[in-house]
Amino acid sequence: MAAEDDALVEVQRVSVQFGSQRILRDISLRIPRGQTVVLIGESGCGKSVLMKSIIGLVKPASGRVEFDKRDMHSLNDKELSRERKRFGFVFQNAALFDSMTVGQNVAFPLKQHAGYSHAQIEELVISKLAEVGLPRTVILKKPAELSGGMRKRVGLARALMLNPELVVYDEPTTGLDPIMSDVINELILRTRRNNPVTSIVVTHDMHTARKVADRVVMIYPLVRLDEGEDQVLYDGPPEEMDDCRDRRVRQFVHGEAGERLMEMSLEDTSV
Amino acid sequence: MSQAVNPISRTQNAINDWIRDWGRVVVESVTAIGAFAHFVLRTWAWMFTRPPRRETILPNFYQVGVQSLPVIALTGTFIGMVLAVQSFAQFEQLGLESQMGAVITMTLVRELGPVLAAVMLAGRVGSAMAAELGTMRVTEQIDALASMGSNPIHYLVVPRFLACLMMIPALTIMADFMGVAGGHFFSVFVYGVDSHHYWSNARDFVGVFDIMSGVFKSIFFGAAIAMVSCYQGFHCAPGAEGVGQAATKSFVYSFIVILIMDLLIGIAVEAIYQSIWPDGPRLF
Repeated sequence: MAAEDDALVEVQRVSVQFGSQRILRDISLRIPRGQTVVLIGESGCGKSVLMKSIIGLVKPASGRVEFDKRDMHSLNDKELSRERKRFGFVFQNAALFDSMTVGQNVAFPLKQHAGYSHAQIEELVISKLAEVGLPRTVILKKPAELSGGMRKRVGLARALMLNPELVVYDEPTTGLDPIMSDVINELILRTRRNNPVTSIVVTHDMHTARKVADRVVMIYPLVRLDEGEDQVLYDGPPEEMDDCRDRRVRQFVHGEAGERLMEMSLEDTSV
Repeated sequence: MSQAVNPISRTQNAINDWIRDWGRVVVESVTAIGAFAHFVLRTWAWMFTRPPRRETILPNFYQVGVQSLPVIALTGTFIGMVLAVQSFAQFEQLGLESQMGAVITMTLVRELGPVLAAVMLAGRVGSAMAAELGTMRVTEQIDALASMGSNPIHYLVVPRFLACLMMIPALTIMADFMGVAGGHFFSVFVYGVDSHHYWSNARDFVGVFDIMSGVFKSIFFGAAIAMVSCYQGFHCAPGAEGVGQAATKSFVYSFIVILIMDLLIGIAVEAIYQSIWPDGPRLF
């Protein structure tokens, strides 16, 4: 019960709509401090949208998102900026500022919000890059000169710069080779070990989900659900996913196309 | 089995479609104007809440001001020379070549200088701003900025707005100066108009009010270019096509706004001129 009461993030009946297209319907989620929650689901089901609405980048059509008991969507620009210093966000494609060097990218949060001297900032940047396994020689490089895995690690270093309470990872291993994917998974685990952070990981990589999750939440595309059906198909520990009663969860976990193959063959015959 | 369609219900459907289509156009237009107004107000609010940092403002001043100078100077020079070419034949027939200085200078400082400087700025800087911010939007760099607790309007839009607002008067003066120089050069050295009469006529007809009204107008043009371009960049559609459209729209809309503002400010300036000098010559 104590953990329940100590929820860092609370999503209450959130619905999101873009134009006439509904993405999320009445999603509720409670994330206690220190927990690593992995959001899984097929492409286009609204995982990233849910995550962006948690940190206030997407405004829900209805419902409420609380971060540390404060309603994120009732805050003004200034208050929102202040709260966001408590987040670290690792973007799918790293979203590094391409006009800046790696060093300037990693130093950016410090320069914006903390009153450190130039020498202190340089020292902190080097140590944060070392934490994610990058040498100091990358500091002067531009993001375009880095590989995908290096860009992700620079993105992680930048996200951790202000020692956030909540770290959000959007598809951290997408587009990476298996070895680099495992390096990123290890970094997620190491980050949690070294700092008392709460983490949300959005992925459809089941290897990542099994390795880093305390809890897995699976959401399903709204267009494939019946009216009134809960969009969250699974919410529980990663070990129990394989034995879930819902066929759609098992199908996703085992990577089986199932009835989607039927849809494809129907389309083929109709041509 | 084809069924006969009632002509009355067909007409009703056509009317309903027409009303729905126009209704959608009106709603979308009002929404777009509202969103743009909200964007402008947020920019103003951030500008007065916290001034932007030097490292964000200086590169924009350099890009808008210094890097636009050559193209603005070149445009001004050639427009001045073209004005001389176009007006010489007419004035020569009337024996009024010495009046060319007044006409060329007046046209440049009141109208062509500010408008051409603004159009060049919209093409050179406005489109680049829309494309840059659009790319940042598409690659989630604007979201990254927001997620790190920086306000994207404060960090990206306010410096660009201030740069356009403060640099365009200087660029307009440069366009005026180069245009006047170009016009003088062509009139005196190519067509042989007397330099002394050229300048004395220009001095008699063109006053400080005329120069300042052009510079004053340009401030509004600069503000409009920055706002339209940044808005298009911030609301860019996904993909390379979206970025291209944002750049194109930013120039087209800026150009339309410049023309509308030019007319409205022209009417207002004329009214002010007439109220200050009721017996003075009518300029429009």
